[in-house]
Amino acid sequence: MSMEDQKPILEVNELNTTFHRNGRALPAVRDVSFSVARGEVLGLVGESGSGKSVTLRSIIGLARRYGDVTGQVRWKGSDLVAMPDRVLRHKQGREIAMIFQEPMTSLNPLLTVGLQLEESLRAHTDLQRKARHDRAVEMLDLVGIPSAAQRLKDYPHQFSGGMRQRVMIAIALAANPKLLLADEPTTALDVTIQAQILDLILRLAQDMDMGVVLVTHDLGVVAQTCDNLAVMYAGRIVEQGPVRDVLRAPGHPYTVGLMRSVPENLPPRTPLSSVPGVPPSLDALPTGCVFAPRCSSCIEPCLQDRPALTLITDRRQVACFNPVTNAKGNVA
Amino acid sequence: MSSLTYIFKRLLMMIPTFFLVMIIIFLLVRLLPGDPAIAMAGDRASDADIQAIRERLGLTEPMLVQFWLFLSNTVQGDLGQSILMRTDVIDVIADRLPITVFLTIYSVALSLLIAGPLAFVAALNRGRWPDAVIRTVFQIGLSMPVFYIGLVLLTFLAAQLRLFPVGGYGDTFGERLYHLFLPSITVALYTSAIIMRNLRSAVIEVLDAEYVQFARAKGLPSRLVLGRHVLRNALISTVTLLGLSIGNLMSGTLVTETVFAVPGMGRLMLEAIFARDYPLIQGLTLTFAILVSFVFLMTDLFQSRLDPRMRLQ
Repeated sequence: MSMEDQKPILEVNELNTTFHRNGRALPAVRDVSFSVARGEVLGLVGESGSGKSVTLRSIIGLARRYGDVTGQVRWKGSDLVAMPDRVLRHKQGREIAMIFQEPMTSLNPLLTVGLQLEESLRAHTDLQRKARHDRAVEMLDLVGIPSAAQRLKDYPHQFSGGMRQRVMIAIALAANPKLLLADEPTTALDVTIQAQILDLILRLAQDMDMGVVLVTHDLGVVAQTCDNLAVMYAGRIVEQGPVRDVLRAPGHPYTVGLMRSVPENLPPRTPLSSVPGVPPSLDALPTGCVFAPRCSSCIEPCLQDRPALTLITDRRQVACFNPVTNAKGNVA
Repeated sequence: MSSLTYIFKRLLMMIPTFFLVMIIIFLLVRLLPGDPAIAMAGDRASDADIQAIRERLGLTEPMLVQFWLFLSNTVQGDLGQSILMRTDVIDVIADRLPITVFLTIYSVALSLLIAGPLAFVAALNRGRWPDAVIRTVFQIGLSMPVFYIGLVLLTFLAAQLRLFPVGGYGDTFGERLYHLFLPSITVALYTSAIIMRNLRSAVIEVLDAEYVQFARAKGLPSRLVLGRHVLRNALISTVTLLGLSIGNLMSGTLVTETVFAVPGMGRLMLEAIFARDYPLIQGLTLTFAILVSFVFLMTDLFQSRLDPRMRLQ
């Protein structure tokens, strides 16, 4: 897919999300900006707690119940951050859909999958009961659930993990959204199922001409599936650009570290590489670059100032005072 | 498994339970200090009178024979004669049972009406002032004894303001609602405090659940998210608690029916105990046991209606 020339459908500008715990402010997302075009797949990568998931939840309006969201999320000429709940509701599910990590806990255990599918159709379409039922069967069929018509009456616990994830995808996509936010959709699944689910998401995205923001911590997945990549660390994007370019020549030392920690083509019993140290706690971020304490190419300015995301080639941005120039990872 | 088979199985499982209950009731009366015959006959009775009562009660037979008689009579619906009322125990109970059942259902209904909405308001405003106010008020309600609340309500609302009758039961459904309002609300204040606390924390937990996040992300209207996704899931644990507190509530009728002069089974039980009316005590205890078992059965049935995961077990 080459979507470079297409106008973005989603534009995130200077997104900030702050939670408050015990009187302290936790900056979960800081100055995040990116855009997604129709049919584009953007990979959002980072360690646990780097703010990937909160970014998705801020875009679709779930995070604002738990904290303060500022900045802009431009969608079809309007700003989702400023939109009141009752207006935003008509975007959620209808134009922008989200799927979650845990298929075991993301479906309501007390309701049949049919009801959970049809309630979405009821909220977003004018379809009558019969038509809704037909569409529900069609959706289950589309995501590859055998004998879909009978399974509408089943409850989530009667499905396996992979099947449940398919059901969730069917529900999310029922109203034909134009953007899918996928929050680590394969992390909780068996390795054998992961590829199937990922393929399914990408195939549907292509068929429905949908943009996708795929949150993952698996660089291998990103390399295979995404057009663009944004690497997040401690709530900030530290590097972004086209997947090929970033993985071929990563600029940020953290990106390099992430790539080195993907075990690939290693002989048995080779010690695994990892980024030393742990991510900083959100309420005690270092004054300079947030990655400085774990960084091997840390220089003097890194400890005083926070590097801004700057263009290093025409479409690549890196937030680093001392970017890596000649790194080789395992993935590219 | 269909629910009819399930009910039948549960009823079968009740047989050993009731057998145990019968043994306990039987032993209880015999282990109480004092000879029931002497107690019944009164101070001025002669030895011959006491012996006659003993024989009438079957107390001269060996224990096992006595138990067998007790068991077989009970199964046939014969609970013996009340010494106090001088009629069949079963008739006395049949007379009073509806009043207590009415009072209990009324109290539960009021509890839910009070606790349900307030639990939601508190949970949705978690940590803010409505939550604090609701929790504090209920905390006070919980820490006051039921009979004391009852007396306060009786003094102010019934005796001084004359808004409600001070006792009695009424004949029509409307009259009953009116007459039993004070005793019911007295019980309900306490029960609703327990239910409110439980439902509040259940709602808070469910609000953060992933499936509620998913429901919101689907763009469902707020009332659908709360009513369909949050309420149902939050109710699961609360229903169990409600079942347990109905059992509690029944023994609570001993106090409330006495304070409010309601002629139900609770007050009858107290009268029977004071009069050492053993057949009546036995009959009432058994009736309470049956009622509580019935409530637990209903609770479990409702649970499995609510939660499909329970239906397979």
